[in-house]
Amino acid sequence: MAALINVPAKARRGDVIEIRALTSHIMETGFRHTADGKLVPRDIITSFACRYNGAEIFRADLFPAIAANPYLSFFTVAKESGKFEFEWTGDNGYSSTASASITVE
Amino acid sequence: MPTTRRQFLHLAGGVTAAGTLPIVSLRPLQATPAMLTTAIRNVVGEAQIRTGRVKLDIPPLVENGNTVPMTVSVTSPMTAAEHVKSIHVFNEKNPQPNIGNFYLTPSSGRAQVSTRIRLADTQKVVAIARLSDDTFWQIAAEIVVTLAACTEEMN
Amino acid sequence: MSIWRAIAAATLFAAAPALLAGEIPPDARRSGYSFMGPETRAMQDNDTSNPGMLFVLDGEALWGKKGGSADKSCADCHGDARSSMKGVAARYPAFDKALGRPVTLDQRINLCRANHQQAAALPYESRDLLALSAFVAHQSRGLPITAGSDPQAKPFVEQGRGLFMQREGQLNLACTNCHDDNFDKRLAGAPITQAQPTGYPLYRLEWQTLGSLERRLRSCMSGVRAQAYEYGSPELVALELYLMSRAHGLPMETPAVRP
Repeated sequence: MAALINVPAKARRGDVIEIRALTSHIMETGFRHTADGKLVPRDIITSFACRYNGAEIFRADLFPAIAANPYLSFFTVAKESGKFEFEWTGDNGYSSTASASITVE
Repeated sequence: MPTTRRQFLHLAGGVTAAGTLPIVSLRPLQATPAMLTTAIRNVVGEAQIRTGRVKLDIPPLVENGNTVPMTVSVTSPMTAAEHVKSIHVFNEKNPQPNIGNFYLTPSSGRAQVSTRIRLADTQKVVAIARLSDDTFWQIAAEIVVTLAACTEEMN
Repeated sequence: MSIWRAIAAATLFAAAPALLAGEIPPDARRSGYSFMGPETRAMQDNDTSNPGMLFVLDGEALWGKKGGSADKSCADCHGDARSSMKGVAARYPAFDKALGRPVTLDQRINLCRANHQQAAALPYESRDLLALSAFVAHQSRGLPITAGSDPQAKPFVEQGRGLFMQREGQLNLACTNCHDDNFDKRLAGAPITQAQPTGYPLYRLEWQTLGSLERRLRSCMSGVRAQAYEYGSPELVALELYLMSRAHGLPMETPAVRP
């Protein structure tokens, strides 16, 4: 399953940059029923974290009210060249990761 | 010549209430305002919540309640001494009251978060920011959600 | 009626001989994109915020994956999709000489699987089929739709046109009643579009996933309380072919985002 990450490839030191992360997940609420009345069990991403050269810069707790294929956009100050790491965790042991690099001048 | 709604409905041969099929016909569980208050108190405790500083952007016309773009921003210099620690978003009438908690740092640079949410019905959405001095600021918005025509029945 | 009005009507008719009553003239055809709000347009416009692109990425991975008893991938025959698949989806549904009828892009993918990969067919609306079809159609993004131009496809275009004009269901509505005669008006709060299938498979906010034109047609049919045709049925293929020929010249948008 794919994830789409948007981090500028290059930035100037001190720039405030936008980071966007979109990942594939059904985000099944746990409140829906099938046609024959059975409850569809909850299956959502519950947590997202972003680390910049190892330090956590953003974290989110997600609930069933977040739409399928969760999209998050947030900001950070470009401090040094390096790597952004993204991690999604959720129900039924769900875990996925992605990364992107940046050059800061 | 513009056709009036009445003329069009007549022309459409009776697509009135029957033309509106919610994807899930019944939502027996709804967050009541009491649940909303409890969810908020779970985050802020007994602290006073002031109105202001927080901005909530949701399109005035929600095209589909299943995927609603939302942006929360907070006025803050985002310095070590004065920044936004977290943003918490709640709703009034979904089956449960929490939407998301977002944790920022002084190095966020800008206190702004966007995501896409689900709104089961026309309802109030509340965004609350916790600042580095542990004060809480909020904004509430009433969001109108209409049901789309000719939606699928759940299968 | 005055004779002058009769003459004016006759002139109008003569000026547009190919158009049936109610059909939208070519220069007035508009993608569903133009009926959307700015937020939904923004979601489609940026590839890193368009959730349909998640499926295109999955499709790209599947394109290179070997499978079936032939142990072949799509790429083993077709090479780089960026060149080999450019413009292909804009021609679909396309007439298949061996079968003597038009086939959809989904059906073409499954014919390839059966004949060249010796692999089982992917079910309609399955994630893999949608992903492959989105990846292939994405290679035509920005190119004009040409489906239905093949003379051999003409009888099937006419069959599709007939179905589009035919009233059906408990509400006794034809596609044309909404999408030719009443586009730009609203139905239960939502704008009525021209039903131009420019971006399939597309990401519907309502579905919260990618879906095919056939899925969309089937939900329209249940909307008018008609029995929906089965996936892959000759009727749905003919309707799809007619709709694509009706959108002739409009640019492909796959993966589009719609409410």
